[in-house]
Amino acid sequence: MNSASQLIPLLNIDEAEVNRQLQICNACRYCEGFCAVFPAMTRRLEFNKADIHYLANLCHNCGACLHSCQYAPPHEFGVNIPQAMARVRLDTYGDFAWPARFGGLYKRNGTALALFSSLAVALFLVLTLVVNGTLFSSAVDGNFYTIFPHNTLVAMFGAVFGFSALALVIGVVKFWRTITPGGEPIEATDALVKTGGAVLTLKYLDGGHGEGCTNENDAYSMARRYFHHFTFYGFLLCFAATSVATLYHYLLNYAAPYPIMSVPVLLGIAGGIGLIIGPVGLLYLNIKRHPDHGDAAQRPMDRAFIVLLLLISLTGLLLLGMRATAAMPLLLALHLGTVMAFFLTMPYGKFAHGFYRSAALFKSFVEAKREGH
Amino acid sequence: MIDVLVIGGGNAALCAALMAREAGASVMLLEASPKAWRGGNSQHTRNLRCMHDAPQDVLVDAYPEEEYWQDLLKVTGGITNEQLARLVIRASSNCRDWMRKHGVHFQPPLSGALHVARTNAFFMGGGKALVNAYYRSAEKLGVQIRYNTPVQDIELEDGRFVAARVAEHTVNGTRCPAERIEAKACVLAAGGFESNREWLREAWGQNERGEWPSDNFLIRGTRFNNGVLLQRMIELGADQIGDPTQAHMVAIDARAPLYDGGICTRIDCVSLGIVVNKEGQRFYDEGEDFWPKRYAIWGRLVAQQPDQIGYSIIDSKSVGRFMPPVFPGQQANTLEGLADLLQLPRATFVDTVNRYNQACRPGQFNHTVLDDCATEGITPAKTHWARPLDTPPYYGYALRPGVTFTYLGLKTDETAAVRFDGQASPNLYVAGEMMAGNVLGKGYTAGVGMSIGTAFGRIAGHNAALASLGQPIVKSA
Repeated sequence: MNSASQLIPLLNIDEAEVNRQLQICNACRYCEGFCAVFPAMTRRLEFNKADIHYLANLCHNCGACLHSCQYAPPHEFGVNIPQAMARVRLDTYGDFAWPARFGGLYKRNGTALALFSSLAVALFLVLTLVVNGTLFSSAVDGNFYTIFPHNTLVAMFGAVFGFSALALVIGVVKFWRTITPGGEPIEATDALVKTGGAVLTLKYLDGGHGEGCTNENDAYSMARRYFHHFTFYGFLLCFAATSVATLYHYLLNYAAPYPIMSVPVLLGIAGGIGLIIGPVGLLYLNIKRHPDHGDAAQRPMDRAFIVLLLLISLTGLLLLGMRATAAMPLLLALHLGTVMAFFLTMPYGKFAHGFYRSAALFKSFVEAKREGH
Repeated sequence: MIDVLVIGGGNAALCAALMAREAGASVMLLEASPKAWRGGNSQHTRNLRCMHDAPQDVLVDAYPEEEYWQDLLKVTGGITNEQLARLVIRASSNCRDWMRKHGVHFQPPLSGALHVARTNAFFMGGGKALVNAYYRSAEKLGVQIRYNTPVQDIELEDGRFVAARVAEHTVNGTRCPAERIEAKACVLAAGGFESNREWLREAWGQNERGEWPSDNFLIRGTRFNNGVLLQRMIELGADQIGDPTQAHMVAIDARAPLYDGGICTRIDCVSLGIVVNKEGQRFYDEGEDFWPKRYAIWGRLVAQQPDQIGYSIIDSKSVGRFMPPVFPGQQANTLEGLADLLQLPRATFVDTVNRYNQACRPGQFNHTVLDDCATEGITPAKTHWARPLDTPPYYGYALRPGVTFTYLGLKTDETAAVRFDGQASPNLYVAGEMMAGNVLGKGYTAGVGMSIGTAFGRIAGHNAALASLGQPIVKSA
């Protein structure tokens, strides 16, 4: 071990607060049954910077531990784990973002997301005007490619998506290496299966007892879990729609527009509906959320992301419904603009939470396995 | 007029309110504290000691009635009421489905508490989660709940409850006028007097050193248990039971807050090292029995020491072998250095440790059994887990007596009725800490407070409902 790796990184103010609170939690442990955070905590006596970022990203902000906490404010210990963890998570996203300078976008993320979205939408409106001369169309054949050729769209979106995916992967790999130093052998298969299960079912939004998580008060509800499912699976269906269409285009030489009763369009409709129900529900829950839940300063980030998803699905479904009308070019520009904004901000906004959380979950299952659970 | 008035807002009060409402009575519950502090000491609890004859969901093996009774007999030294104790024990075997119905979740024991996997069912999220669940259920069932409503006086007529009186008081700057609340029946479940410093001072008095020991006590439990109602009932002639100095009292970290320190302020390394007083002398066998069984006697032991302070001393061999304490210990590489940090007389302290180290006989150290590591030739002896303190760094934790709840209470019977001159009141009942002393004359065993509160809360609530509806009350067996 060289001397550099023996240095203990200093904790910033958010991390120091998590450290302080976890010393209290580790001496109490009443919340052990709620989620994966507390069992992972009990495997440690001290919490270094890496542990703190790992545990912060393991926290799903369900709020159960806050309402059950005998040390929560107004107690002088002032324990609010979901809030302290949320603040560190924002540091994680910012610190591990690649390229590093873009990490700053997390500081005022709601504004950043709104700005990106506006610029992307404006870009496509201008492009539409340039290539089409007007935002409206007389041709009513529903063919998007008469406005933007297929290859142009593939080049634009492929490049941005590729970059963003790469940036996300680099960020999460850096995060993983920080929370898992040294080449300890990992038995990955079992942990991977369990991580998949926990991510796909949102296991840790079930409160540990299956009744769900808290929102506006101490009552448990499955609402957040279900609305997140609508959002997540809606998104995946939309992604699947695009993927199938891409396969049709290149493998079957079958170009869009596709009829309603085709696989890509049906997937897109189902996904789009999910992406309306889910974000509307999540936005409602977010607005009703207890003021002590999480970090209030991050509400703009959460809400901006939810609204962006909603705009994507709304414009997408409108575009589908009105593709054979004169409004098609306008709606196409709006839809492409919001999708572009989403791709651009993937590694620099709320979207990233799923990747860091999955990495933290994987680590927790590896640890549990090693411990013999 | 409402049927049943429940005074108090912790586990016993909530059990009473829920049972009374389920029996068809209209119910109002008065909690002295603001909503944020509701639940009395129940918010600090974590489990229920349960009798069971075979494995039951989260409980392994069996914990039969007789064994439970023997455990209780042992810790109380016989200062208990067998009939009421057995009633509590039997009730603990079949109350959990009812608790679940009202939203309480159980889980297997927490890490660091595996020794009670057989005897205790843990509340998922601890006692505050249980309290929250009961309040939600009570609201849903239509129990009227009023916070910030401390009852100051009870109006009686020949042992019959007439009304409760709330004095004029101020809540967040708003004046609340004095009130008189009538009800057909009433349950008293407003806790002990542990946070009444003057009463504690009076009870504990002055010791032979001229100290007022209770001035150095910390209160692990709620700051709202001032014993106002208990005192008033005794003045009104209710039969009382118990010794005012008896309480659930443990040795906790001296840096704990004055009130509501709860579970995390405990120091769990006593049995791994030695404990000295401020003069640097040992005073009791630290290895007498498993720590969970001795945990509840150390508060009194420390209370008897000069300045009511003790110091738990371990060396680095013990780090990681006990529940992590909430505050870091003082740490030094030499015994002299540790004595200075703890402000102990250096020479005596070092001598105490050296004599202890030399007295430790070789053995097979095993903290999970009563091992054969004992001292020889010193007084007091350390009879298990005695290993020399020889591996720096050394750690020291200052200890103070921490009172969880007091045992002085109102005498009751199997109907949970308050008694006046040996006569049961026809409509006034008592539950929880206000009567726990009937079962617990002294000592403690984990989770039994919640067993008593749940059993008597339910009986009291049910009987209060029957009394208010003019039906004959039930004598529990």
